[in-house]
Amino acid sequence: MVAISPDMPRIDGDRSHRARLTCRVLVVLLLASSVLSLGWGASGTSLTRAVSDLLAGRELAVQDRVVLLDIRLPRVLMGICVGAALAVSGALMQGLFRNPLADPGLVGVSSGASLGAILAIVWGAALPASVAGIFGWYLVPVVAFVGSWVTTLTLYRIATRRGRTSVATMLLAGIALGAILSAVAGLVILRANDSQLRDLTFWGLGSLAGSNWPKLLAAAPIMVLAVLSAPALARGLNALALGEAAAGHVGIRVQRVKNRAILTVAAATGAAVAVSGGIGFVGIVVPHLLRLASGPDHRWLLVNSGLLGAVMLLWADMASRTLIAPAELPIGIVTAMIGGPFFLWILLRNRGVLDL
Amino acid sequence: MSLIAQDIAVSIGRKRILNGVSLQAEAGQFTAIVGPNGSGKTTLMRALTGELPHRGAIRLGGRDLDAFAPEDLARRRGVLPQAAALSFPFTVAEVVRIGLEARGERADALVPAALAAVDLPGFSGRHYQQLSGGEQQRVQLARVLAQVWQPVDDQGPRWLFLDEPVSSLDIAHQLTVMRLAADYARRGGGVIAVMHDLNLTALFAQKVILMGKGEVLAQGTPAEVLTDATLSHAYGCDLRVNAVPAEGIWILPQVAAG
Repeated sequence: MVAISPDMPRIDGDRSHRARLTCRVLVVLLLASSVLSLGWGASGTSLTRAVSDLLAGRELAVQDRVVLLDIRLPRVLMGICVGAALAVSGALMQGLFRNPLADPGLVGVSSGASLGAILAIVWGAALPASVAGIFGWYLVPVVAFVGSWVTTLTLYRIATRRGRTSVATMLLAGIALGAILSAVAGLVILRANDSQLRDLTFWGLGSLAGSNWPKLLAAAPIMVLAVLSAPALARGLNALALGEAAAGHVGIRVQRVKNRAILTVAAATGAAVAVSGGIGFVGIVVPHLLRLASGPDHRWLLVNSGLLGAVMLLWADMASRTLIAPAELPIGIVTAMIGGPFFLWILLRNRGVLDL
Repeated sequence: MSLIAQDIAVSIGRKRILNGVSLQAEAGQFTAIVGPNGSGKTTLMRALTGELPHRGAIRLGGRDLDAFAPEDLARRRGVLPQAAALSFPFTVAEVVRIGLEARGERADALVPAALAAVDLPGFSGRHYQQLSGGEQQRVQLARVLAQVWQPVDDQGPRWLFLDEPVSSLDIAHQLTVMRLAADYARRGGGVIAVMHDLNLTALFAQKVILMGKGEVLAQGTPAEVLTDATLSHAYGCDLRVNAVPAEGIWILPQVAAG
């Protein structure tokens, strides 16, 4: 049960107790899923054996150490970061556009990040060694971030007139932007050499399979920072649900909230796309489920989205490792197979409300 | 403590909507802005709240509107918008709290009181999106009211800016809302409202500002402004103002007989 302070009886319609409970359940689920995911895999390595080895004070077998610490652990951590980053990006973007259908993957923001990542992979090789040395593993996530930032800004400018964001304009402009960016990406890919092409194909499938420590250390700080800073925007986004003018009248610095939300979405999406390619629908499914469970208050929605996004991606990753074992299904295919129908379901349920 | 606007001009595109409007409204009074469709009432309201870029000066309690920090201004005045669609499935309680929580204050205790004031007791658990237009309008009023609950605080009077507060309400709730606003003014707060209904204006306002074609045609007490000649000229139809001994005045359109 949830403790309620005795001096403040809970009022009807206050769902913070449910959101708090959801948060606790999700924390437990995330811990359990992480452990499970760490022990999940094709090789004969077993987590229980490794743990009992450690508890007994024995050295880990070399194979166990490599599989657990160098392959699975970075992959699990990457899954947590990417899942949280994508779900929080979705929730932020929906709050910013005041629409439950906004999602970085749908409206071209991910395409902006992809173009950035592709540019970095193809032209990064041509950089002088001194410059490449400075950026190192950061080059791809940083350029992807710039790509998604410019795209989000452009989209917001196009879809918003006099403080009102048009859903139809947003979705259609997102499609157009996505198409343009993909076309440019195609042009850049034509210039790639064979080894770069291999890198690009591997990356573009949407996968956590390439996770390693250097990649994780380059991209995770950006995602962690974005996810942890997002709840600071919660009050502003709650007020924005009333409309921009009304948000200003309750004391919100609207332009500042919007700028920060755009920057956070761009950072989280950019870094996530840079390391995992195109993983879709997490940003739309997760916040929607949470709104159904405990309401749209962003003070909880943003936190819980991060948690549920991480849990979902860990499960999707486990599915991707299992479904066609010993081969691996790209995780983007798994999330699309679950998220696509779910998205259609949201559309059908809200057909009357959306005035598209 | 007064609201003073001097020489307010607003253009949208190349079209001049407001043309040098000056007005004054006092705390402790209900000030109504009236006028025909397209006379610039709502534009004036949006300029007064700082929503629209405008020329001219607006001062609240002697201080220029632009000199307020957003959160300070939110403590001094609440603004009721004309229409308010909400993008997410908030409950009524969550909507009413938004205004206070935006500046980090707890609002739980005020929610039932604010809802009772707009005659929506027991509505706090309902979903906002499932309410009727009139109910939504009153929830919004409850939200604005919670934001500036005490009409006077240690920094002086607070203000309610209401854009057509009774436009989608039935006659009983029109009276609920008008009484509430009048009471807020009586207890020392300032109320300025865009009104369509001249009779409610005559009943409740202490000051009337009559707009026409982007300018102020007349301002003063209801008895000064609401006269046969002034109203008929402003609205372009024959209107007759009648006296009722107990309640003051009421306005009746003249329909040609036969």
